[in-house]
Amino acid sequence: MTNSAPEIEDADCILVTGSNTSENHPLISSRILRAKRKGAKLIVVEPRRIHLARFADVYARQKPGTDVAWLNGLVHIILAEGWEDREFIAARTEGIARLREQVAGYPPARVEAITGISPAQLREIARLYASAARASIVYAMGITQHTHGTDNVLALANLAMLTGNIGKRSSGVNPLRGQNNVQGACDMGGLPNVLSGYQPVADPKVREKFEQAWGIEAAGGGSGSLPAKPGLTVVEMANAAAEGAVKGMYIMAENPILSDPDVNHAREALQNLEFLVVQDIFLTETAALADVVLPGSSFAERDGTVTSTDRSVQRMRRAIDPPGAARADWEIVCDVANRVQRNTQHATRGWNYTSPSQIMDEIARLTPSYGGMSYERLEREWLRWPCRSLDDPGTEFLHQGQFTRGRGLFTPVDYREPAEKIDEQYPFILTTGRIVFHYHTGTMTRRSPSLEREVHAGFVELNPDDAQQRGIRDGEMVTVASRRGKIEIKAQVTPTVSRGVVFIPFHFAESAANVLTTRALDPVAKIPEYKVCAVSVDRCQHPEVVMKCQV
Amino acid sequence: MNYRTVLTICPYCGCGCGMYLPVLDGCLGRPIPDKTHPLSQGRLCIKGWSAHEHVASKDRLTKPLVKTQGEFKEVGWDAALDLVAARLLKIREQHGPDSLAFLCSAKCTNEENFLLQKFARAVIGTNNVDHCARL
Repeated sequence: MTNSAPEIEDADCILVTGSNTSENHPLISSRILRAKRKGAKLIVVEPRRIHLARFADVYARQKPGTDVAWLNGLVHIILAEGWEDREFIAARTEGIARLREQVAGYPPARVEAITGISPAQLREIARLYASAARASIVYAMGITQHTHGTDNVLALANLAMLTGNIGKRSSGVNPLRGQNNVQGACDMGGLPNVLSGYQPVADPKVREKFEQAWGIEAAGGGSGSLPAKPGLTVVEMANAAAEGAVKGMYIMAENPILSDPDVNHAREALQNLEFLVVQDIFLTETAALADVVLPGSSFAERDGTVTSTDRSVQRMRRAIDPPGAARADWEIVCDVANRVQRNTQHATRGWNYTSPSQIMDEIARLTPSYGGMSYERLEREWLRWPCRSLDDPGTEFLHQGQFTRGRGLFTPVDYREPAEKIDEQYPFILTTGRIVFHYHTGTMTRRSPSLEREVHAGFVELNPDDAQQRGIRDGEMVTVASRRGKIEIKAQVTPTVSRGVVFIPFHFAESAANVLTTRALDPVAKIPEYKVCAVSVDRCQHPEVVMKCQV
Repeated sequence: MNYRTVLTICPYCGCGCGMYLPVLDGCLGRPIPDKTHPLSQGRLCIKGWSAHEHVASKDRLTKPLVKTQGEFKEVGWDAALDLVAARLLKIREQHGPDSLAFLCSAKCTNEENFLLQKFARAVIGTNNVDHCARL
């Protein structure tokens, strides 16, 4: 997030899009509702009529995958009406002329034809957002999980810069991250193109700094340098494994067999590996395929830090010991590293840590945005990165006074259709997501009796008109099929989804939504298009049931 | 009777709500929300309130497992770790470092993620490092 989460409650206008906030980020959604009670205007633009939509001043329902069009439409209206922040544009940005030229192609009538949002609603959204003193954009995977996810985010950034809603309190462009340390895993270099703090692997100066710190030398079988070529992303890894280019994988506490798109393909890919090691707390669907499974620690047994969606670095503390012979995950990684190095007589420095605090000290030395972090400070201070030195109090909101690149660049983006279109055979658009009672692939929540009692099985949300037309009743089992596979799942007939759109939560292995999803990727971010694929929905044909009825 | 509470962070979404874990004679109890936490301010969602339940699940892995002829067998740490190191090295020798790939974790700590990517890059020699941020 560009801004901290508590700031949201002081915004004058909040635009929520591509985020089912009250189910997936409940404590941030309560801040949004608090802002609303204080008088803020709430705009919700979502294909599903989510809980927050009930409280919205404007709720607009776009066709899935058409976000660039309505966002460009907003910019079009704001410029036509002269509602832009000219002072901010002149002082802090560049490229407005190109943006103006490009959004001329998105008049309200065309936007309605693409998205289904009426010109009157679009104008009202533009007016509310542009006239607010402090307007905040809140989004999540509904914006990013598209083949044009990067374009969606650029379009949101254009909107924020156009109205001067960035670099000040209670404004900004705020992606909500879905896991307790997904922000930290990115910050730490758990990505194929960057080391910690987003320092590019392709930059020789960056590599030299890390090579020196880690003592990587040419002698003794080592390569002598860090690899310069960016690696594979998660979906590319599965593809490479299927093709045989990747032979071995080490998976720490992730479950791609349920979370990857087109999981039948992901399963075949992992089965094709020569060697798979999985480190986890349960025998997950992925761990079941492994050659070696290493028992790690649960959150209650963990010491270390995690970084929340608003860049706050927070301490996790061990309450109990892991069960049986299970161990701390950092100790396991150290042991594997030491054993590999022993066998090659090639040693890089720093695999004899005695505590997570020592690892954080190394992170701080090598990572400018974490440069001022230490366990001692985290005991008494609230720190959000960037926090560059010991006397740096951290950063509540980003881009104050200046952007990272200097001036903010308006980047015109054009609407492109999603990768997969509906047709006669697959006439519904499937969009996937989570529900409040469960988390990601359900490894933890489905083993929590209180949560399983609330919802214990998958379901497909289907509009009442579509249900009636197909003779499907609420609670009936249906078959949902795509070009990749099919699942049987209970129908939940509800106006939450519009005609022609269905929704399935992806938590449930026995009716896994990701059997259906497509591997089509955004060309830049390499994120899969989970939010749009074409499916069919039909009543289940169970001959044995028919037989019984005849008797 | 030994009772204490330990301040930590909820394991679920990216809100990062604060909670105390009560421990009575080594047994974990239901989380207690942290009233001083700037975001959560003494509140949790239903997942947070239930966050202790999976920890005590009978399904928890307690020993390293090695698969032989399609079946998992419990082994000691030395045997498991030696096997992992040997197999990773063998693949690297035969097919080069980029024939190996690593998934970090959005459920592990910063320290653990830093170490796994350091291991992949500095020890194995590949940038094939990612995690589920896109998923």
